[in-house]
Amino acid sequence: MSLLEIRDLKIYYRTPRGPVKAVDGVSFDVREGEVFGIAGESGCGKSTLVHSLILRKPPMFHAGGEAIFKGKDLMKLSEEEARKIRYTELSIIPQYAMNALNPTKKIKDIVWDLAREHGYEDRSEVEGLLRERLAMVKLSPKVADMYPVELSGGMRQRATMVVSTLLNPDLLIADEVTSALDVTTQRVVIELLHHFMEEGIVKSIIFVTHDLALLDKIADRTMILYAGKVAEIAPTEEMISSPAHPYTKLLLESLPKIGVRYKETKLNGIPGYPISLLNPPKGCRFYTRCPYVMDRCREEEPPLVEVGDDHYAACHLLGGENQ
Amino acid sequence: MGFRRYLAQKTAVYAITFLFAVTINWLLPRLMPGNPIEAMIESNLNLGPGEKEILIRFYEDLYGLNEPLWRQFVNFWVRLFHGDLGYSLLYKAPVWDLIRHSLPYDIVILLPAIALSWIVGNWLGAIAGKNRRYDRWMMPLFYFLASMPYFWFAMLLVYFIGVKLGWLPYQGAYDPSLVPGLNWEFIKSFLSHWILPFLSLFVVMIGSWAIGMRNMIIYELEADYVRYLEALGASEKLMTKHAYRNAILPQVTGLALQLGLMVAGAIATEIVFNYPGIGILLMNAALSQDYFLLQGAFLMVVISVLAANFIIDIVYAFIDPRVRASYTEG
Ligand SMILES: Nc1ncnc2c1ncn2[C@@H]1O[C@H](COP(=O)(O)OP(=O)(O)O)[C@@H](O)[C@H]1O
Ligand code: SF4
Ligand SMILES: [Mg+2]
Repeated sequence: MSLLEIRDLKIYYRTPRGPVKAVDGVSFDVREGEVFGIAGESGCGKSTLVHSLILRKPPMFHAGGEAIFKGKDLMKLSEEEARKIRYTELSIIPQYAMNALNPTKKIKDIVWDLAREHGYEDRSEVEGLLRERLAMVKLSPKVADMYPVELSGGMRQRATMVVSTLLNPDLLIADEVTSALDVTTQRVVIELLHHFMEEGIVKSIIFVTHDLALLDKIADRTMILYAGKVAEIAPTEEMISSPAHPYTKLLLESLPKIGVRYKETKLNGIPGYPISLLNPPKGCRFYTRCPYVMDRCREEEPPLVEVGDDHYAACHLLGGENQ
Repeated sequence: MGFRRYLAQKTAVYAITFLFAVTINWLLPRLMPGNPIEAMIESNLNLGPGEKEILIRFYEDLYGLNEPLWRQFVNFWVRLFHGDLGYSLLYKAPVWDLIRHSLPYDIVILLPAIALSWIVGNWLGAIAGKNRRYDRWMMPLFYFLASMPYFWFAMLLVYFIGVKLGWLPYQGAYDPSLVPGLNWEFIKSFLSHWILPFLSLFVVMIGSWAIGMRNMIIYELEADYVRYLEALGASEKLMTKHAYRNAILPQVTGLALQLGLMVAGAIATEIVFNYPGIGILLMNAALSQDYFLLQGAFLMVVISVLAANFIIDIVYAFIDPRVRASYTEG
């Protein structure tokens, strides 16, 4: 069962020099009960993709495609409909989770302000739930009565995770939540996300990272984005053991060793830079850096084809008909 | 650790600042060239050659100005703790009496001007910060107001409203032919004299409050916590509520600092309107080297500035949890 179906989604940024095609015809599903990983170099459109599901503010705009969430197209909702879905059904742990809570408001007040706007009427019930969940993430229930400034960075991160998931959203988006953290804290965060799934607090998670090695520990399936396009989608284990797309292969090779501690990779292992999203080439977007580049790659865009069981990739080497 | 230590620490810092500031105020006039008594005598009397020296000696003895500087300094502090601010050479009256009679005029002009301009300025600034369309024409107006010198705007008011149109009086605090008292005629005269000096401060002050608020609102509305609220489906109203509360905090500091300048914060205004506040006293005291008056008036300024800062330090620990967190940590 798919919780979210993305079909040919295009999300652009309006700029004086023309639209930046940050997400340019992306399709995938997020199934109920899975952690769906999205990986790719910095700037490939991961944040744009997931944030556009929640909120599109100028200069970001929807340039085509659908995002069907629980039967409704998120791109077509009215302002008020979209607002109601946020938090209760579709929530996010932002990249800046440590600074996401208003420093001058008690955590219980922040939560109550939000819950009230989503139709909750019993303050003590909401606060009770908050204390329960704080205890669940190994914070003192008293944290509810504290100001975010009184907490350490790690505690704030966990408190934000509790706040984001308090109303049991079906789909939780976690955008680079581990990027700024040390390895120990990363592990804690990932355990908590697992815990949220096991407890049925959230049905599915989209886990966004530029850190491929991390996906192994959390994502059931993974999608690799390159310059606003899907390069490959596969069950994570299969992606790691037998990557199909040249870009994925290079990404994996550039990692020191999966599962071993390593520094944030900027994927310097791959020569060259991502292409400009203002004026992307009409062929394969990876051709400027691909070691296997063929003439065809410059002219024709490779379609996403099934290369194995539940395994898709977009590369001319893998065959497939032209669209 | 905690609040008591914070309080003790702040008190110590302010006490030291107070001693230092008062000492400087005492010392500076004495380092100025010239002799105030000589000046006073020459300007006032037609004396024979020998009489002058005698008079100078007499007055120096009277005021203790012939003693060594350190003695004068000790005397100064001793008298101060007895509530004695000395005697004005210029006005021939106890300094405390002069201050006591001038201070109400400062307060009656500055307190409403500061408080009301704060409210109106924050309100306008908040609107501009929220709404780009207003911002486009309001900001230049704010900058124009804020960059206008007080005395300049005061002179415009005097010229156009006072002189050209003749709508309102612009000299003094009330009609000099009236005896101050709680009667309708005096109150009417007082209020009509009050309007122009009040306006001259109020209007100019609005500008900087509004700019401060507008910038803070824009900053806060873009802060991470507002983005987070928005992502979790907060209404516009809720986001604004959170942002405004944080934006107003620095403005509260600004307000306290301004209130600290309530004494003598309007020297230029008082001069233009000949309004009999501490500002006028200060100016005259400085011009005629009236040590005691200068000291006394400055003492008031120092006390009010320090008191305002002290109070805001304490109040802030209550209204801003970030400040509280910083002293409970350290
Ligand atoms: N406000 C914006 N205006 C124009 N371009 C933007 C804006 N925000 C992001 N982009 C561009 O969109 C692309 C994707 O950005 P982003 O989604 O943040 O990538 P990622 O999260 O994968 O690092 C980048 O090339 C970035 O430069
Ligand atoms: S389509 Fe061509 S350029 Fe693109 S990844 Fe495949 S081989 Fe490389
Ligand atoms: Mg990102």
